[in-house]
Amino acid sequence: MQNIVSIKKLSKIYDNDFQALKNITLDIKKDEIIALLGPNGAGKTTMISIICGIVIPTSGSVTVDNFDIIKDYRRTRSLIGLVPQELSLEQFEYVFNNVSYTRGLYGKAPNPSLIEKILKDLSLWDKRDSRINELSGGMKRRVLIAKALSHEPSVLFLDEPSAGVDVELRQEMWQVIKDLRNSGVTIILTTHYIEEAEAIADRVAVINKGELLVVDNTSDLVKSMGQKTLLIELHEAILTLPSKLERYDLTVLNNGLSISYNYDSSSKQTGITSLLQDMKETGLKLKDLNTEQSSLENIFVELVREN
Amino acid sequence: MNFYAIRAIYLHEMDRMRRTIGQSILSPVISTSLYFIVFGSVIGGMIPELDGVSYGSFIVPGLLMLTLLTQSISNSAFGIFFPKFTGSIYEVLAAPVSSFEIIVGFVGASATKSLIVGIIILLTASFFVELEIQYPLLMLFLLILTCLTFSLFGFLIGLLSNNFEQLQVVPLIIITPLVFLGGSLYTIDMLPEFWQKISYFNPVVYLINGMRWSFYGASDINIFISVVSLVGFLIACIVGVAIVISKGYGVKT
Repeated sequence: MQNIVSIKKLSKIYDNDFQALKNITLDIKKDEIIALLGPNGAGKTTMISIICGIVIPTSGSVTVDNFDIIKDYRRTRSLIGLVPQELSLEQFEYVFNNVSYTRGLYGKAPNPSLIEKILKDLSLWDKRDSRINELSGGMKRRVLIAKALSHEPSVLFLDEPSAGVDVELRQEMWQVIKDLRNSGVTIILTTHYIEEAEAIADRVAVINKGELLVVDNTSDLVKSMGQKTLLIELHEAILTLPSKLERYDLTVLNNGLSISYNYDSSSKQTGITSLLQDMKETGLKLKDLNTEQSSLENIFVELVREN
Repeated sequence: MNFYAIRAIYLHEMDRMRRTIGQSILSPVISTSLYFIVFGSVIGGMIPELDGVSYGSFIVPGLLMLTLLTQSISNSAFGIFFPKFTGSIYEVLAAPVSSFEIIVGFVGASATKSLIVGIIILLTASFFVELEIQYPLLMLFLLILTCLTFSLFGFLIGLLSNNFEQLQVVPLIIITPLVFLGGSLYTIDMLPEFWQKISYFNPVVYLINGMRWSFYGASDINIFISVVSLVGFLIACIVGVAIVISKGYGVKT
């Protein structure tokens, strides 16, 4: 698939000598949803702020649709929409006017019917003549999305779209993001909610302390880096593990009534057959078996801890 | 050139004026009317003619300049500082718009607002004193040049300010005293000799006298020197804004 954003060896050192990004190289494919995942202060916002022209990079280069973000800033910026993390809006302005203002800033002729469509799609049409300070937090976030879409961008950056948003609105937001992708917009979102990345992203890029730790398809990442756990429920509680089972990675749970076994599902020898055979030989009676796949959250925590 | 962006910024700023009509229009009109009532009618009645005109008429160019300078600076400084304060400056920085286009939008709107206020002040003055403008085109030229120059100066202040206090420091602590001590209510030759010499270091003296010359054909300073000093200050403001914008100081990191 064609790359729409290419980041090459991007670094940023702020005036206070803090290095927010360290040599980041990343390609973002057209029409995908990619989640930049990382803890607070990882460098996610700095990265998108550089691409959007708000922060000046120290070194490296970025192209959007093969245009350089500095030399061809007019072309690249007209392709990009940005939804910032903060609810940065002028509180006394009216919704319709404010969204139209953003379209003008991006060099587009006024188009009231397009603004109407965007506001209707985001359930804001009833609020078009309301002042922004009369809106709820969720509505303000949707106004920010409407502003970012007002000039019909092909790449949309969403910086922490679910920050401070309730569960219902978060689901609604995810649907909006999926619909946008289906309409041909490439979505780059930063988040520290792993659940969010798992739910909507095609690919995940994990960033920590300014470094890119891993980039992969969300499902492949879970498969390749995730572990599986076999939960074995016993008929009778055990006090200690029989010596024959000590060679396995087992943990006794639930006051001796359960045993968990961690294994790598991608390896040829999972050890499950021999474990069950050895359990039979030691006389342990099985009541039930269950398997669990480790989540993206487990993988993320492990990656960040290692880093 | 991104004309739609310039238009958007300009109209957006003019809309702020509409929303704050009391602060933008009524406040300067009321305060200037009070000056005319107190200085022009009450005190002015006891003062003989200056430069061949009544005291009430004499103070019109100075009060006009006082309003233009303070309005231009505060309109423009607030115009760029407010989006910085709310964080909404991000969309101007992320838009495909050059620094020049941003400046034209913000400064153009600020200068327009000041010009509107200036014209209203002149109309207000005509209710209190006999108004006579000998060189109307020169007066209009100086009016526009002053609005543009000090809007640029205000834009620079807004860019460099990090809080509301810094935003107010220059207009209140520097500009207002310079205007009051710049011959807006008196002629320089009314001062003791020592203070006359000191006054020539006050740049506002040249602006007020330029404006006064356009009204009455008489002033303390040669009109050519006045115009040159105003153009010089305009160039200094353009250079200052260009440097600050190119470094991204105050808005970009």
